[in-house]
Amino acid sequence: METADLLIKLVLVVVIFAISLVVAMYSTYAERKVAAFLQDRVGPNRAGPFGILQPMADGAKMFMKEEIIPTRASGFLFIVGPSLAIMTACIGSAVIPWGPQMQIAGRVIDLQVTDINVGILYIFGVVSLGVYGIMIGGWASNNKYSLLGAIRAASQNISYEISMGLSIIALLMLTGTLSLKEIVEQQHGWHWNVLYQPLGFLIFIVCAFAETNRSPFDLPECETELVGGYHTEYSSMKLGFYLFAEYINMFVSSAVMATLYWGGYNYPGMDWVAAHAGPTIAPLIGVAVLFAKIFAFIFFFMWIRWTIPRFRYDQLMHLGWKTLIPLAIANIVLTGVIATLIEKFA
Amino acid sequence: MEPLSKKRKVLEVKPLNFWERAYLPAITQGLSITMKHFVKNVFAGGDVTIRYPEQKREFSENFRGMHSLKRDENGKERCTACGLCALSCPAEAITMTAAERQKGEENLYREEKYAAVYEINMLRCIFCGLCEEACPKEAIYLDGDIVPTDFLRKDFIYGKDKLVEPPLNQ
Repeated sequence: METADLLIKLVLVVVIFAISLVVAMYSTYAERKVAAFLQDRVGPNRAGPFGILQPMADGAKMFMKEEIIPTRASGFLFIVGPSLAIMTACIGSAVIPWGPQMQIAGRVIDLQVTDINVGILYIFGVVSLGVYGIMIGGWASNNKYSLLGAIRAASQNISYEISMGLSIIALLMLTGTLSLKEIVEQQHGWHWNVLYQPLGFLIFIVCAFAETNRSPFDLPECETELVGGYHTEYSSMKLGFYLFAEYINMFVSSAVMATLYWGGYNYPGMDWVAAHAGPTIAPLIGVAVLFAKIFAFIFFFMWIRWTIPRFRYDQLMHLGWKTLIPLAIANIVLTGVIATLIEKFA
Repeated sequence: MEPLSKKRKVLEVKPLNFWERAYLPAITQGLSITMKHFVKNVFAGGDVTIRYPEQKREFSENFRGMHSLKRDENGKERCTACGLCALSCPAEAITMTAAERQKGEENLYREEKYAAVYEINMLRCIFCGLCEEACPKEAIYLDGDIVPTDFLRKDFIYGKDKLVEPPLNQ
């Protein structure tokens, strides 16, 4: 690889890292604002115009707070927990194609950090590692409520990962590839996968809610039953990392959903735009479209959170094992049958 | 048993049907409700918040706030230190020392006796308004604002400097 290519990749890595941090930061602000609007309130409006500087203030507060490590806690693991949570959240964005190939000064640039041929598997692997952060944190706290929260998180993530994987299989049967780049390219223009896999998408989005520990599946952090949840004993920025990791996860899973099912950076009329806007500007419009989709999903996450009450634990398990997994398997069979019929007769 | 009133309702617990068990119709219904609120609040400013430091809620007319010691139409202090307010105070928040009016002070105090020291402990006061009712001279009213906050207990003992109305000719 040339030095210039290496440099471009490096810039891309830094930019994506910065973007996901900023998006996560402003998700906390947006969450409070959206919650306020859904509940006839005003929300943060003190720091800066419309409270725009609120995330900065929150961040400063998090860093300034006293850091408490319980005496009986396992010191090393207590620090590893939140670090692992935020690390696994950050590395998921490496394989997401943010835009089509771009030409700057005659050089073709891929707007993707790396296009590995097992992209989806990589994402699933990384996402399932995220539960270690929660589990280790809950265990290291030496607090039975934290441990209960962590165990809930683990069992919930494992249960929902199964149906998530099964819902993806039906999609893979249609696309025939694990590379996210190729999956996006196949959805050129209007051919978004959600049109061919509506049930699969429904299962996937429900599982994504459970995987990111978002309401209505936010059982690991249950104030009434578990004091706080797996992060009861955490304070200052270590708690901040856990909360931040949740928002980065939300961003990445929104990006994955947009990429897999909603056409990624594709939009109707993109060929016309590409012909008129040139090979430098058109990809940027594609990036903007992808981000619009991502923000729509993030808003949907928040909208759901402030509407639906939390599931009871047995209901959660019931839904995961007895409803979603059979549905996902039925979706696979259905997809297989229809694909075969189309191949035979059309 | 014969029902005493017609208010009794027999609760029927039916098993959920398929669509109720699928959650999704109920979820979409809930989402549409919250979305209505969102749209209303973003585009029509439908929130009910009073933006406190800039905007204050009007108190009702019979709100009982900080006390004030009144002057009469000539600017003389009405209080004659009779002690009825202190006597009627259930929290024993009011203390006073009476003094005799000297020659040349006729323009300051209405009668021969006046309160040289008049103190209300705002930490003890329960704002019941009994002092107001007990006063035969219409000298004390609880018509002020909320008592402001402070850091030391001693600063909550309000003397005449804080309680007496400002003179008329100012």
